[in-house]
Amino acid sequence: MDSYQETIFRLKRFWAKHGCVIQEPYDVEVGAGTMCPETFLRVLGPKPYNVAYVQPSRRPADGRYGENPNRLYKHSQLQVILKPAPANVMDLYLESLEAIGIRLDQHDLKFEEDNWESPTLGAWGIGWQVMLDGLEITQFTYFQQCGGVDLDLVPAELTYGLERLVAFLQDRKSVFDIEWVEGVSYRDVRFLEEQQFSVYNFEKADVQMLWQLFGLHEAEAQRLIDEYRGLDAEKDFREKSRFPLLAAYDHVLNCSHTFNLLDSRGAISVTERVAVIGRVRKLAVGVAGCWIDQQRLLDGAAAQEVQA
Amino acid sequence: MTERLPLLFEIGVEEIPHWMIAPALGEMEKLFRSLCAENRIEPGPLRLDATPRRLVLRAEALPARQDDREELVIGPPKAAGEGAAQGFARKNGVTLAELRVETTPKGEYFALLKRIEGRPVIEILAEILPELIRRIPWPKTMYWTGKGGPLFIRPVRWIAALFGDQVVEFEYAGVRSGALSCGHRRLGAREIVFDHATYEERLEKNGVILSAEKRRQRIEAGVKKLLRGTGLEWVRDEALLGDIVYLTEYPTPVLGRFDERFLELPREVLTTVMRHHQRYFTVQDGEGRLAPRFIAVMNMKADRKGYVVKGNERVLEARFTDARFFWEVDRQRTLASRMDGLAQVTFQAKLGSYRDKTLGIVLTARRLAGWLGLDLELAERAARLCKVDLMTEMVKEFPELQGVMGGLYARADGEPEEVAQAIYDHYLPQSMEDPIPRTVYGRILSLADKLDTLEGCFGIGLIPSGSKDPFGLRRAAQGVVKVLVEGRLHVDLKRAVEEGMAATARLFPECGPAQTQALWEFLLDRIRYYFREVRGFAYDEVNAALAGDWKTLPDLEARLYALKLVRQTENFEPLAASFKRIRNILRQAAWERGDVRPERLEAAEEKTLYEEAQRVLGEVAQLRASGDYIRILQAVATLRPAVDAFFDKVLVNAPDEGVRANRLALLGRLLNEVSSIADFSEIVTTTTTE
Repeated sequence: MDSYQETIFRLKRFWAKHGCVIQEPYDVEVGAGTMCPETFLRVLGPKPYNVAYVQPSRRPADGRYGENPNRLYKHSQLQVILKPAPANVMDLYLESLEAIGIRLDQHDLKFEEDNWESPTLGAWGIGWQVMLDGLEITQFTYFQQCGGVDLDLVPAELTYGLERLVAFLQDRKSVFDIEWVEGVSYRDVRFLEEQQFSVYNFEKADVQMLWQLFGLHEAEAQRLIDEYRGLDAEKDFREKSRFPLLAAYDHVLNCSHTFNLLDSRGAISVTERVAVIGRVRKLAVGVAGCWIDQQRLLDGAAAQEVQA
Repeated sequence: MTERLPLLFEIGVEEIPHWMIAPALGEMEKLFRSLCAENRIEPGPLRLDATPRRLVLRAEALPARQDDREELVIGPPKAAGEGAAQGFARKNGVTLAELRVETTPKGEYFALLKRIEGRPVIEILAEILPELIRRIPWPKTMYWTGKGGPLFIRPVRWIAALFGDQVVEFEYAGVRSGALSCGHRRLGAREIVFDHATYEERLEKNGVILSAEKRRQRIEAGVKKLLRGTGLEWVRDEALLGDIVYLTEYPTPVLGRFDERFLELPREVLTTVMRHHQRYFTVQDGEGRLAPRFIAVMNMKADRKGYVVKGNERVLEARFTDARFFWEVDRQRTLASRMDGLAQVTFQAKLGSYRDKTLGIVLTARRLAGWLGLDLELAERAARLCKVDLMTEMVKEFPELQGVMGGLYARADGEPEEVAQAIYDHYLPQSMEDPIPRTVYGRILSLADKLDTLEGCFGIGLIPSGSKDPFGLRRAAQGVVKVLVEGRLHVDLKRAVEEGMAATARLFPECGPAQTQALWEFLLDRIRYYFREVRGFAYDEVNAALAGDWKTLPDLEARLYALKLVRQTENFEPLAASFKRIRNILRQAAWERGDVRPERLEAAEEKTLYEEAQRVLGEVAQLRASGDYIRILQAVATLRPAVDAFFDKVLVNAPDEGVRANRLALLGRLLNEVSSIADFSEIVTTTTTE
C-alpha cells in the first residue's frame, strides 16, 4: 500500500513521463486547481502546454471542523492540463490509474455525464465524473470556454480528488485516517488546520472587514485592467508587453476567495449572490481578454525578431 | 436484379450521456432514410444499436448501385431549325439522330432522353455517412479538434464503415473510416477485426454486448440469480434500468449490503441516496420492508475478488452516515421554530422570500378550505410549515426530497397527521404520470402552492412564452387541473383565480384585469390539453363542454362523459346539427333577446316545439340539481322530432314581423338554455343540415 505522498509522487512521475511540466501549488488561495494561472491563463491562446500540479483547494463552506470523515475545508486536487487534448487522452488517464496501483480488471469504472461550469471564471466544459466502484474519483473535462472566450485549442483537464482517491486505495473510512507517510496520518498533518479554519470561516471572520477586502481587491484588479486597456499597442509597446496582468489576476483570485469566506459566514443572500459572482466574473473575463491581447503582442514581437 | 450488400456503420465515441442515446438512434435512422431517399437508394431493413461508446447502423441489403434512370432534357423549339438542334446535340455529346421531338403544351421541341447511369452506392455512402454524423441533433455539443472544428456530443475516436467487404472511405473530424471496431475499455482489444456475420459475436468476445435489449436481459437475469433463495425481492425501477442499460457495455449486477442500523432512517432518504445518487436498485423483503441490501450494476463481467462490492458498500456507508447526521441535526429543532428563517430564502427577486410566499399559500389554502368546508386550522398549519424544510440540511443535500422531508419532520415534531401528509405530498403532481396528493389537505396545499406561484408570476408579468418557462408555470397549471379533476374538488376555479389575483394586486399594483385574464386563459389551455391529450376526449366535445356554464372541473368532466356517451345515440348528432343551424339563423337575424309569446304561435309544429321545449327544459331544470348529465342530454335528445318537424314545416323568416320575432325567440330560448349545459353547435357532425 502506497502512502498519500507516494501516490502523489507516482501521479506526478506518470504525467512528467507524458510530457507535463510539474508545477508546484499556486500560493494564492483558490477554490479549485482550475483557477490557478497555470490553468486559467495557460488554456487561453494558441500555444500548446502540458502541466500537472497538486493544488490545495479551499472551500470555506465545506469545512466541518475536522469532524466529518469525508468533508474538508481544504482538499487537494491533482490537476492535469493537456493542451491540446491528445486523441488517446482517455487511455492515458486509465494508465495513470494503473500507475497508482488500481487494477482496472478488478474494479468497476464508469464515465457519467458531468459538464463542468464555473460562473465566476466565465468558463465551462464538457465531460464526465469518473466513478470507481461507485466513488467519484476524477472530474474529466474538455474545456470549451474560459474567461468568456472560445478556446483555440481544446484542453483536457483531469482533476483527481486526492484524499478520496487515497482513502479508497488505502481502504480508510475517514480521510483523516489516511497514512500520509509511514507513521504519520492525514489527521496528524491537517486536523488543526481544518478545525481552526472552520472556526474562523464560520464563526470569527469579520464580515465588515471581508467586504472591505473584497472591495479593495476588486478595485485594484479593475484599475489594472482599465490601465492596460488604455495603453496603445505601438506607442506604449514596452509598457504594454510587461504590464502586470498576472498581478491583476491575483487580485481576482483574492476576490473570489473573499467571496467564498463571506458565503461561509452566511453574509451573502441568494439574490446578492448572483450579483457578486457577476462582479468577480467581470474581472476574470477582463483579465482573460487582456491576457490574450498581451500574448498576441508578445508573439508578434517575437515573430518580428525572427524575421529581422 | 440488382446486387444487394450489407452495410455496417459504427461511430466510435467517448462515453455519450446515457439519456441522449436512444433519441439519437431514432434521429440516425430518420436521417439515413432521408439521405437514401434523396439519393434514390432503397434502404431496406435497418437495425440501430448503441452502447455508451458506439452508435451503430446496419442495413441488411442496400443496392450496390443506384438504378439507372432516364431524364428528358428539353432543347430548342422545333421551329428554331436544325442549326439550333445541332448545337443542343453537341452540348450534350450526342448526334442529331439521337434527338427526338416532344410535344409540349407550348409546342414542339427538340428533346433528348438522357440515360443517367446509376452511381456505385459505396461512392454515395462516402458522401452521406459523414453528412449523417454531422446532422445528428444533440442537446449539447462540443468541439475538440480546435476552434471552429466539427461539433458532436463527445469526441469521435473511430469509425467503422463496411459495405459488403469494402470500406466506405471518408474522414470526419480527422478520423478515417476503416474496417476495425473497438472493444470494451478494459475487457476488450483496442482493434477488432470483424465481418458482417461475426460483428456482434466479435464484440461480445471483446466485452461489448451490442443490443440494449440483451444488456437489459443480462441485468434482469443477473438480479434474479443474486436474489435466488434469499427471500428478498428486487424493487424494479424501469427508469433506472433504462439508464444503466446505456451506461454500460457489459452490465453485471452485484449484491451489496449495508449496516442494518441505517434502516432507522426514513425509507425515502435511503431510497433517494441509493437510486438517485448511486444508481443502485433497492431490495425488499416479502412484506415490502426495505432490506439492508442494494444492487449495483458494474460495467464488468465479474467481481471475482469482491472489490467492487466492497467499494460500493463503503461509498454507500459514507453517504448514509452523512444522511444520518442531517436527519439528527435537522430534528434538533422543530419546523415551527424555524419558520422565521424563510425570510432569508429568496423565492423570486420581486415576489420576495419564501416567507412572503408562505403567506400567499396560507391565504389561498384557507380560502379553498373554507369553500370546501374543511378545517381551516389544519389547512393553515400545513401551509405555514410546508416550505420550512428548504432550510434543513437534508434538503440542502438532497433537494429532490423537498416536501417529503418536511412531512417526515412534521410528523417527528408531533404535528397532526393531516398536516404531515399534506406537506409530504404537496409538490405532487410533478408530471402527468405522477399521482396527486393522497389526502384532501394535501390536495388543497398542492393547489394553494401552485396557484400562488401562478398568481404571483402572472401578476408581475412573468408569463411563459414559447418554450421559455423558467418557473415551471405550465407544469404548475397542469398540476392544478389534475388535482382538481382527479381529486374531485368542487372548487370554482375562476373565482379562485379572481380572488387570488385580487390579493396579488394589493401587493403589486401592476397586476390588473389583463393579467387575470391571461392567467385564466393559460389555465383554460391546460384544461383543454388535459381533457384532450391526457383523457382522450374529442376536440369538439371539449369545446362544447367548455362553452357551457360549468364552474368546477369535476362538473366539467361529468358533462364531457355524458357528451361522449350520448353523442353515440341516434338522435344526438342530427340534433346538434340543428342547433348549429339555429345558431346561424339567430346570428343572421342578429337576434339578441325576446320572450316567446305562446298565444302568437301559429303553426302546429311550432306549437309542438314550444310544448316540447317546455317539457324538456323543465325536466332538465330538475335534473341539473343532481348533476346527472347523461339523463339531461338524453332528455335534450328527445327534442329531435319536434325540432326536425319545425324546420320541415315552419318558415322562421315569416313575412309578419311579430311572427318572425316570436319564432326567433322560441329558438333563442331553446339554444340558450341547452347551451348552458354544453354548446351543441360546437359538435362536429357528419350530417350537415345547413
